[in-house]
Amino acid sequence: MNHSDNNRQIEPAQPVLSLTGISKVFPGVKALNQVSLELYPGEVTALVGENGAGKSTMVKVLTGIYQPDEGQISLDGNAVIFPTSNAAATAGITAIHQETVLFDELSVAENIFLGNAPKGRFGLISTNTMKRKARELLHRVNADIDPDTPLRELGIANKHLVAVARALSVDSKVVIMDEPTAALSLKEIEELYTLIGQLKQQGKAILFISHKFDEIFRIADRYTVYRDGQMVGGGSIHETTQDELVQMMVGRPVDQVFPARKGLLGKEVLRVTGYSHPTEFADISFTLHQGEILGFYGLVGAGRTELMQSLFGITKPSAGDIYIDGQQADINSPKQAIAKGIVYVPEDRGKQGTIQNTPIFQNVSLPSLANTLKRKLLNPKAEISLTRKYTERLELRAAAMDQHVNKLSGGNQQKVVISKWLATQPGIIILDEPTKGIDIGSKAAVHHFTAELAASGMAVILVSSEIPEIVGMSDRAIVMRDGRICLELNKQQMTPQALVQAAAGIGNAA
Amino acid sequence: MIQKIITSREMILATAIVILVCCIAYVFPGFIAPANLADAFNDTSPLIILALGQMIVILTRCIDLSVAANLALTGMIVAMINTQFPTLPVPILIVIAILAGTVMGAINGLLTWKLDIPPIVVTLGTMTIYRGLIFLLSEGQWINAHEMSDSFKAFPRHEILHLPVLSWIAIGVTLLFIVMVSRTPLGRSFYAVGGNPGAAVYAGIDVGRTQFMAFTLCGALAGLTGYLWVARYAVAYVDIAGGFELDVVAACVIGGISIAGGIGTVIGTVLGAIFLGVIKNALPVVGISPFAQLAISGAAIIIAVAFNAKSSRQKGRLILKPQELKG
Amino acid sequence: MSNQHTHATSLPDHLNPRWYRIISSWEFMLLIVAIAIFIVNSFASPYFLDPWNLSDATFNFTEKALIAFAMALLIISGEIDLSVASIIALVSTAIGYAAQFGVSVPMLVLIGLAVGILCGAFNGLLVTMMGLPSIVVTIGTMSLFRGISYIVLGDKAFTSYPAELAYFGQGYVWWVITFELTLFAAAAVVFYVLLHKTSFGRAVTIIGNNSTGALYSGINVSRIKFILFLLTGLMSAIAAICLTSRLGSTRPSIAFGWELEVVTIVVLGGVNILGGSGTIIGVVIASFILGMVTFGFGLLNVPGIVMSIFVGLLLISVIALPRIWMKFSGTSH
Repeated sequence: MNHSDNNRQIEPAQPVLSLTGISKVFPGVKALNQVSLELYPGEVTALVGENGAGKSTMVKVLTGIYQPDEGQISLDGNAVIFPTSNAAATAGITAIHQETVLFDELSVAENIFLGNAPKGRFGLISTNTMKRKARELLHRVNADIDPDTPLRELGIANKHLVAVARALSVDSKVVIMDEPTAALSLKEIEELYTLIGQLKQQGKAILFISHKFDEIFRIADRYTVYRDGQMVGGGSIHETTQDELVQMMVGRPVDQVFPARKGLLGKEVLRVTGYSHPTEFADISFTLHQGEILGFYGLVGAGRTELMQSLFGITKPSAGDIYIDGQQADINSPKQAIAKGIVYVPEDRGKQGTIQNTPIFQNVSLPSLANTLKRKLLNPKAEISLTRKYTERLELRAAAMDQHVNKLSGGNQQKVVISKWLATQPGIIILDEPTKGIDIGSKAAVHHFTAELAASGMAVILVSSEIPEIVGMSDRAIVMRDGRICLELNKQQMTPQALVQAAAGIGNAA
Repeated sequence: MIQKIITSREMILATAIVILVCCIAYVFPGFIAPANLADAFNDTSPLIILALGQMIVILTRCIDLSVAANLALTGMIVAMINTQFPTLPVPILIVIAILAGTVMGAINGLLTWKLDIPPIVVTLGTMTIYRGLIFLLSEGQWINAHEMSDSFKAFPRHEILHLPVLSWIAIGVTLLFIVMVSRTPLGRSFYAVGGNPGAAVYAGIDVGRTQFMAFTLCGALAGLTGYLWVARYAVAYVDIAGGFELDVVAACVIGGISIAGGIGTVIGTVLGAIFLGVIKNALPVVGISPFAQLAISGAAIIIAVAFNAKSSRQKGRLILKPQELKG
Repeated sequence: MSNQHTHATSLPDHLNPRWYRIISSWEFMLLIVAIAIFIVNSFASPYFLDPWNLSDATFNFTEKALIAFAMALLIISGEIDLSVASIIALVSTAIGYAAQFGVSVPMLVLIGLAVGILCGAFNGLLVTMMGLPSIVVTIGTMSLFRGISYIVLGDKAFTSYPAELAYFGQGYVWWVITFELTLFAAAAVVFYVLLHKTSFGRAVTIIGNNSTGALYSGINVSRIKFILFLLTGLMSAIAAICLTSRLGSTRPSIAFGWELEVVTIVVLGGVNILGGSGTIIGVVIASFILGMVTFGFGLLNVPGIVMSIFVGLLLISVIALPRIWMKFSGTSH
């Protein structure tokens, strides 16, 4: 602990790695727009931002997975490019990724040294050296794991420690940690902090990405804030406060952007009691009313999506009941959910929401195809007019009704998904991260429309990791952590602070 | 630890083989005479070699249905060279066989890698093309024992320590594969590519190139087996080893190679091949028509793949903390 | 780019006019190829244009095409069945076995259809209930089904069939129009309607594009895939009855290697091997093309195995050429 305090006295003159004017465009969305990032030796820089702010894209640029469309990367003052992940690794940049990018079928030692194994006689991998080095590395991260164990036998926390060991296996200048504590226990987190202290002492530059403010303030020396693909702030962590960071992340004053809502609630349409899943969530109970927007907030991996997919009939619960309009309902497949008036706009638009390589009108008519048939045969004219009816309400921008969905921007794809469900005239609509990865203009349109749906008497569940979206849109908000509901707030109690603290399990809310 | 070894599928398979052999031996004690077992192993050797090649292809999420056609075409090429130039020494013929097989494997690999054509389509196509080429080369003629030189035929049958060279080659390839798969970066990358192709990219592994290498190695082994097969049976014609690709895939699947890629061991594959070999050799002994063999390999494939799928069901993300799960 | 995107209020139904969609289609190109082959053949051999010869030539593809229709749907849905030729062997063996006991022709047909459907159900159950990959399952059943034929027949053959059975493979409906050709035409119409005009067919295409998305849109993916395997078994049985009737004998090696030709017809017909798109018209034209080429080669005395080289090359190049084209025109992603 003391070492790191000493280190703060030294003010390094030169960043080891600096990125300037980096932009990265994906079809339909500008993920990074002229952003910068500087990392200093022996210091931890926290990269802060909401989901979709561009943090993960930045990590991929840094590690050579993505190539930026414009901008410059310089390492030790020299301009460099990372055309492949190997190039970035060779240059001394290693990353511990958000999703563990490891291999279940290989042993722990092999995972640590894959692509970089110590060679012995005849150029063969020297198993003994590899194991010995792996043991040393695992010891450094205080992980009590046998290097011979197949990775698949480890739990998530241990897998994460293996990933940390892998990052340490190469002599790197820059270590990127993308939400490294998300799956760790308190004790393991403490050990990770100690390790970060050691890395700082060795003069490594660390990029630390986290949603947990307590840890940011505990271990970071500097911070950088991204919002909507742009850099909105940065500096020394000692010269800022948690409120200021939240303000920067969230940006615009909350109540100006979101549509005004009357918030008139009708009768109860959905009641969920004691709803549990063997591994993903437990003991979920809540109610939902006509005309209500119920926000679900939580960190990534809190179990919100898993809960919603179960309500939609994708996975089976292990216990608990669902009542729709007061009647107990059995939902075993999406087909049954749709028949009962529950529809789900998934987070993964490309895989779950749309059928990409297919005309718009076929996407929209899919669940209500039976209503468009003429003498039991397909009737494209009726499908198109059905599609037109709902896409017009949403102001879809496209070239033609038979344009393939993958040619549309993210926002317009989302409008196709919502149109598809509106055509089934549902009573309950679940929106899972509905504005993730779409541009600001389309975001506003989706917000506007969500409010309109509620006003027309539909019950809306809004799952979002964006605090302003939850605060600005919902009548009530539920916060989930580790698969359980940890807080429920009404409109008056709903502050960004309360949501953030409950989700991270800090402060008095925990 | 001990429990782990006992419940490993290699152990289960080995036990099954031992029980099978014991059952046969109980009725026909002659079956376990050392000479007979050595014969059975020798008969199974080509299957072992081809199955090892197929194993690495399947590990990388591909499949090679052209191995038997590759074998047959290579066999015809070396047999024809032998009849034209009987004095050419056998080692050179073996090199030619391996080269021819490598080229055919590389063609499969290139089409998969560079043009991104599904491997099943590529190899279904090259399977018929390679077979057809045998006909074009030989004009449909057979090459019989008397047309081949003695040294050509003698090599795989030559006995060292009571085992024919063919068996020794199978053992050698097995040992080589154990080393290659566990001790070389390429060997480990087969597992990485099949297990998690997305993550392989992060580890700096080129997925397409790795698949290409698997196809090429598989082709090389098929070529080598092509010479051994033709020399051992002393005959070459269009249809040799017809349908053998199914046995090869069966050996892999029985040996625990997951068709979804990334899972499987060399020992498992060899045991899978031996399991099929024992059945094949035992059928005539126990008086079952050899015609039943096709159905048995088919049933074995289906049972094995169902068994594999059952043992590797995907788990959830486990959001709830472990202590909560117990309670 | 953005100015061609317009508001839904003025969205046209289609991006391109109908004539453009037809001319730029794979099927249109196939049709031109088919016509070209027809013309070349008629110049190459004086026997080609004889109506009876042409009628004979249809036997080269009608049986395979019957299976290809069902296989097209299966491949569009993202699955495959490599056991079709072995189903033929098993069905033919079952019919031959039953015929020994003097079973009537309608019963023989029923037995054949039942065996085919059972085979399809077996494949379908393994794929949909147990979630096994169809490639491996059907490689397994490919050995299993034909293996049962071998157990029953060994190196023998069934050769005695009731005379009336001959009609299915040798009969003429009118003038040069064979029963098989009529069956082919009827099946083409039925499958055209099924794939392009019913919600079942729409679901098949959608599943092949994105089975997760289909599930999330309320489609019962497993049920539809199961039905497709049944259908493939049924069509293989129909083909088996025709083939048995035409050959008048059953050996376990009957229809050996047909799965390759059936898949080739389907892929040549423009069905995406990875699933998600394809048309019955394409399959029909592709059947004609392969049939005419086989017939043309036959007139020129080219042996069957050389023909199979051509089929293999065709299968690969049909998929490879568009990809090479994309690569060099720089439109790949």
